[in-house]
Amino acid sequence: MLVFLVRRVVNAIGVMLAVAFLAFMIFRFVGDPVELMLNEQATQAQRDELRARLGLNRPFLLQFATFAGNAARGDFGISYRNQQEVSALIAERFPATFELVLVATFLSLVIGIPLGVFSAIRRKSFLAQAVQFVSVLGVSLPSFALGILFILIFSVNLQWLPAFGRGEVVSLGGWTTGLLTASGRAALVLPGITLSLFQITLVMRLVRAEMLETMRTEFIRFARARGLPDRSIHFRHALRNCLMPVITMTGLQIGNLIAFALVTETVFQWPGMGLLFVQAVTFVDIPVMAAYLMLVSFIFVTLNTLVDLTYALVDPRLRQTALAGGSNVR
Amino acid sequence: MGRIWLLAASAALALSTAQMAAPAEAKTLKWGAAREIASLDPYSFGDTFTLSVLNHVYEGLVRYTGDLKIEPALAESWENPSPTIWRFKLRKGVTFHNGNPFTADDVIASLTRVTHETSPLKGNLPAYKSAKKIDDFTVDIEVNGPYPLLLNDLTNIFIFDKEWLEANNATLPTDSGKGIKGYATDNANGTGPFMVESRRPDAKTVFVVNQKWWDKPKHNLTKIEFSPVASAATRVAALLSGEIDFTNVAPLQDLPRLATSPDIKVLQTNELRTVIFAFNLKDKLFESDVTDKNPLKDKRVREALYRAIDIDAVQKRAMRGLSRNTGAIVAPAIPGYAPELEPRLPFDLDGAKKLLTEAGYPNGFSFQMNCQSDGLVNEEEFCQAVAAMWARAGLRPNLSLGPRSLQTPKRVKGDFDVISFGWANEPMIDAYSILIQVLHSKSGSGGVFNWGSWGRPDIDALIDKAGVELDASKRIPMMTQALKIAKDETLFIPMHNQPMAWAMRANVETMVQASDNKPRLWLTRMK
Repeated sequence: MLVFLVRRVVNAIGVMLAVAFLAFMIFRFVGDPVELMLNEQATQAQRDELRARLGLNRPFLLQFATFAGNAARGDFGISYRNQQEVSALIAERFPATFELVLVATFLSLVIGIPLGVFSAIRRKSFLAQAVQFVSVLGVSLPSFALGILFILIFSVNLQWLPAFGRGEVVSLGGWTTGLLTASGRAALVLPGITLSLFQITLVMRLVRAEMLETMRTEFIRFARARGLPDRSIHFRHALRNCLMPVITMTGLQIGNLIAFALVTETVFQWPGMGLLFVQAVTFVDIPVMAAYLMLVSFIFVTLNTLVDLTYALVDPRLRQTALAGGSNVR
Repeated sequence: MGRIWLLAASAALALSTAQMAAPAEAKTLKWGAAREIASLDPYSFGDTFTLSVLNHVYEGLVRYTGDLKIEPALAESWENPSPTIWRFKLRKGVTFHNGNPFTADDVIASLTRVTHETSPLKGNLPAYKSAKKIDDFTVDIEVNGPYPLLLNDLTNIFIFDKEWLEANNATLPTDSGKGIKGYATDNANGTGPFMVESRRPDAKTVFVVNQKWWDKPKHNLTKIEFSPVASAATRVAALLSGEIDFTNVAPLQDLPRLATSPDIKVLQTNELRTVIFAFNLKDKLFESDVTDKNPLKDKRVREALYRAIDIDAVQKRAMRGLSRNTGAIVAPAIPGYAPELEPRLPFDLDGAKKLLTEAGYPNGFSFQMNCQSDGLVNEEEFCQAVAAMWARAGLRPNLSLGPRSLQTPKRVKGDFDVISFGWANEPMIDAYSILIQVLHSKSGSGGVFNWGSWGRPDIDALIDKAGVELDASKRIPMMTQALKIAKDETLFIPMHNQPMAWAMRANVETMVQASDNKPRLWLTRMK
């Protein structure tokens, strides 16, 4: 287990260095921050001087080495635009994104699993066919279009839910949450659903496919023969065996959701990391862009590792091999 | 089925939030802007919009009125004891939001901070040499030569409280190069009509009225809630649903819809920014099938390009009928503008073809055209329209479109043949701004934006003379003369003044919209 972990960590560092390197290559093509930082009246000398002060005129590899060295110590510098520490900026935005992603994940499981089971066991019924059809829409509608549609219906026409923002938030020792206030909860609904719709259909289709597979296996037939009630067969026996891929996918998708939340966040002006990143791109705010990309790659790598570990916990066969080294993981 | 689930879920949550839809408190103005301000520190980022928002909290020695005239603010009066010395008498009885009195020391500390070498706003005060306290309410500012535009510059130099800066270790501006953030980035203490109550970046910044403001308030607001809403569609939706009362960026394509809504008022006019096409006038074209010389250096070719543009079609189609066509490169409100600059060369396709033939290009030539996708209003659309019009005259423009952050470095390097270009003459609000920064040849102090080497000695001489002339009645004709030369030589192709539109709900009674596109909410009244 220890060897496994160490290998994973080394892997992760490699991946993150690669991401940082690629990000830095890209930054050379996103434009020149100095032109946006100074106003129209600044002279050429002032522009050159600022460029030198920011270290933008140094060779690429040297810039990268400085960045990697500072990043390793957790120092990402200050934002060119906001003049705030990048780590503080991201820490301030992270709870918003995380809360949104959690809500979306929760919705996708709570809605997606029952729908998947339903459309698997009543596969011929009209309703199941309809669900299948709607789910195609869910996969293919881009989230910005969906978000605008929701805003139009629920904010402008029905006036039930806010069109933008996060509502009132409560601060719990540096972590802000909107779950504790009415306006915060209301503000979560539309972006949460928008972000989760793709996920819901994904979970649903996955559960359906797995269920159909499992329902054909021997042990379900035996269970039937034993005269167990349908409910018990479907949920206790069949569904349980379908959950492995769902767990994997949900875990991996959390990373995706965090990364892709930026579209939803832009539509709903959700003050999360995605919005911060979009703003940083517009203003060529290199420190913020770099830190964001590092964080997202870190999340991806961590989630991958965690999913692998969960596998070992859920599937006894994998546990046997994983524990062969004699680790005390439990 | 999926939809039914969603409906049920959202309905359940909506019940708990009934108060959200309740009408807003009578005198709170909820302002939905297109983007967030960079910081609460007015010296941290050279951004006109940030400054215009912070002007509600901080003030300068002088300020613009609603019709862009300079009037006293923290200074009561001024005089020139010598051509390079400006003596300001400060207003007495003004206090900062924290209660500290406003004195000459605060002015000196602020000027020192804004002209510090790491300050991005240093360029906003180009002529500054030093400042001296004469007594508690008199300050002398020395400039490095006779300089007529100090007052214009000072409208954007906001005054900090010296004690507050010192107590919070913020006497120097923040420095992105060093990676140190400053106290003033998240805290504010000005003399202005509103005080910062709370701030959550990208979510909401709340300003409350300053009851002790020195000026007699024309507004009746008690609170301003400033929220950036980046997505245009969301912003319009929020305005329609009443979540915001006012936006200073109403998307042009939604104006007809907004105007028909009974709850919404639209204020639409043309801003100071004039859009032009500028040429690469170096010895060679950047990307062309003519490699031995630069056809654009021939005035007949430039005139052909000008005459090939059907400006009315551009105005109707690309600009949705909202722009103001012009033959001048500065807007009418800018000192230096004169009516004789206004007429355009007529649209004349045959004439354009004839001029090209005369110049030796009967079959036209190819060139690169650099436009931005997120720069000017409907820039993509009008660039595509103009490219098509030039193609009709037999030219072969190669349109390069990209985001501003990508296109700007190419423009700065001079890697283009034709660019779309917009200049508002802000924050100076004087033609000297475009003259010194854009028209002047590249030199130590001018021509930063002279990307295509279009400078001329006769124009330079006029600009340099106007730059040291204190008498406005002599200075302004010099600037007009320089603009006239540029016009006669067809150095640029003027296009239009950009449209701008604000939208507000019916409960906003008065709103002063000046062509500099800055909301001045201390002049706003609500029902």
